[in-house]
Amino acid sequence: MKIEGKVWRYGDNVDTDVIIPARYLNTFDPAELAKHCMVDIDQTFAANVKAGDIMVGGKNFGCGSSREHAPIAIKASGVPGIIAASFARIFYRNGINIGLPLLEIGDAVEKISANDVLKIDTDTGTIENLTTGDIFHAHPLPGFVQEIANAGGLINYIKAKN
Amino acid sequence: MPLTIAEKILAHHAGLEAVEAGQLVICDLDLVMANDVTGPPAIKEFEKIGRPVFNAEKIALIPDHFQPAKDIKSADLAQIMRSFARKNNITHYYEQGRVGIEHVILPEFGIVAPGMLIIGADSHTCTYGALNAFATGVGTTDLAVGLATGKAWFKVPESINVHLTGKKPKNICGKDIILTLIGNIGVDGALYKALEFTGEAVAQLSMTDRLTISNMAIEAGAKAALFPFDKVAQLYVARRVKKPFEHFNPDKDANYCSTVEINLSELKPVVALPHLPDNVKPVDQLGDIKINQVVIGSCTNGRLEDLGIAAGILRGRKVHDDVRCIIIPGSQEIYKEAIRCHWIDIFIDAGCVVSCPTCGPCLGGYMGILSAGERCVSTTNRNFRGRMGHVDSEVYLASPFIAAASAVLGKIATPEEVIGYEN
Repeated sequence: MKIEGKVWRYGDNVDTDVIIPARYLNTFDPAELAKHCMVDIDQTFAANVKAGDIMVGGKNFGCGSSREHAPIAIKASGVPGIIAASFARIFYRNGINIGLPLLEIGDAVEKISANDVLKIDTDTGTIENLTTGDIFHAHPLPGFVQEIANAGGLINYIKAKN
Repeated sequence: MPLTIAEKILAHHAGLEAVEAGQLVICDLDLVMANDVTGPPAIKEFEKIGRPVFNAEKIALIPDHFQPAKDIKSADLAQIMRSFARKNNITHYYEQGRVGIEHVILPEFGIVAPGMLIIGADSHTCTYGALNAFATGVGTTDLAVGLATGKAWFKVPESINVHLTGKKPKNICGKDIILTLIGNIGVDGALYKALEFTGEAVAQLSMTDRLTISNMAIEAGAKAALFPFDKVAQLYVARRVKKPFEHFNPDKDANYCSTVEINLSELKPVVALPHLPDNVKPVDQLGDIKINQVVIGSCTNGRLEDLGIAAGILRGRKVHDDVRCIIIPGSQEIYKEAIRCHWIDIFIDAGCVVSCPTCGPCLGGYMGILSAGERCVSTTNRNFRGRMGHVDSEVYLASPFIAAASAVLGKIATPEEVIGYEN
């Protein structure tokens, strides 16, 4: 998949409680969750995000709760992929499982700023910063985890194996 | 090849002699667990797979987060899970009045046993490592596939050896140990890794201490937090677990990726300041921090021993005029035992709110939501921005010793300060 979009830039340890606070967890409707996405750290995001925009975080993105509502809220906001220095473990699995590409690039993330325009090839893990000209390569997914991502998520992967 | 506890349990459940860190394995699960927030979306995904549940006796559905229902939407979530449980004859579904906080009741009911491999759609599923089970939090989709297949994939984690030595002071409990560790290694210090506890001081830790420590391992990013199977674990499971089980202790030369030394005799009571669990400072360095609310409870510190600590401090004293103190026993058994010990009398006479078991305030659900600018000292596990209510409220994580003493003095305090004020 090829993605091109503008960057929403966040820092280290973006937790699942700010991505989607528990006061909105009495539903799991993706469109409803998207309305409140990032509200506790960025009140401008939900109203202004455009389909195709890319989210970029620092270390340990998605730490905290196991709520899959968090990557679902981001995906339902129209964000086709997230780049971070590193992801928290459960969030990482959840992203792969719902077919939301997560690209881990370590300290290179420092070279991406808010509003930069990125071009991503999720098949090769190549990220081009069209604003600065920098090119990054995401860490590849191990073994059959890549097959889960290729299938568009774990449910599709399991159904195809049935 | 010498193995860690994590490697042994994963190898056993993958049907392999041995595994090593980094290896991808597909394992058979002994228990698949969800709550009223994560269960309903998992059920929806499960239905897309089009298979029956893998084993109705190996599934636990625990309505504890927003229940008894806080609003209509939460009642709908409970109803989705209740209907699914009835339709599929799920053994471990418990209705209000018989249920408690998931990570408190599953060990208490003897559903969790040593050596088990467990996934739970709740990040604090790592709690069961205290009982020598490899247990880890997952999301909705992994849970749905677990419900249908009884299997999950794992990347075998490296283990950090947390080596405990020295004599534990009386005013130090599991909460101080895990907060000190998280403060030391950071909120991503154990990312993708397991913690394994070793050393002569492990024997001094009660099961309550261990459950608190394993519970908060996720706050350092850990995948699991494993204690060895010893006399303390044996005594705990002896009167609860009815089925046969196997336990797994580490080999002498097991390969750890790093070692963290903690000398318990040097520990001081600590608090995690807003807004990350690794923002840890000794209480005696804080100065005057006035508070509005105290919460004593949760899957971290809602057990009998925790309530006993609070009762010991609140006995014959009053909660400060400016403070609401909310006490939440983690299970009905704990609630009843606290009544029998007259601790509930002590709490009510001191001016506390006592609630039925629920996760409620810990995640900002209900039963103690904070207003803008309010501060809470809480025995729970997370102090992220907005965690317990308004985005401009603050949560300070602490042990039941500190929480109860703070309730009395209206500021963050130690039990020694409470006694000092009276002398």
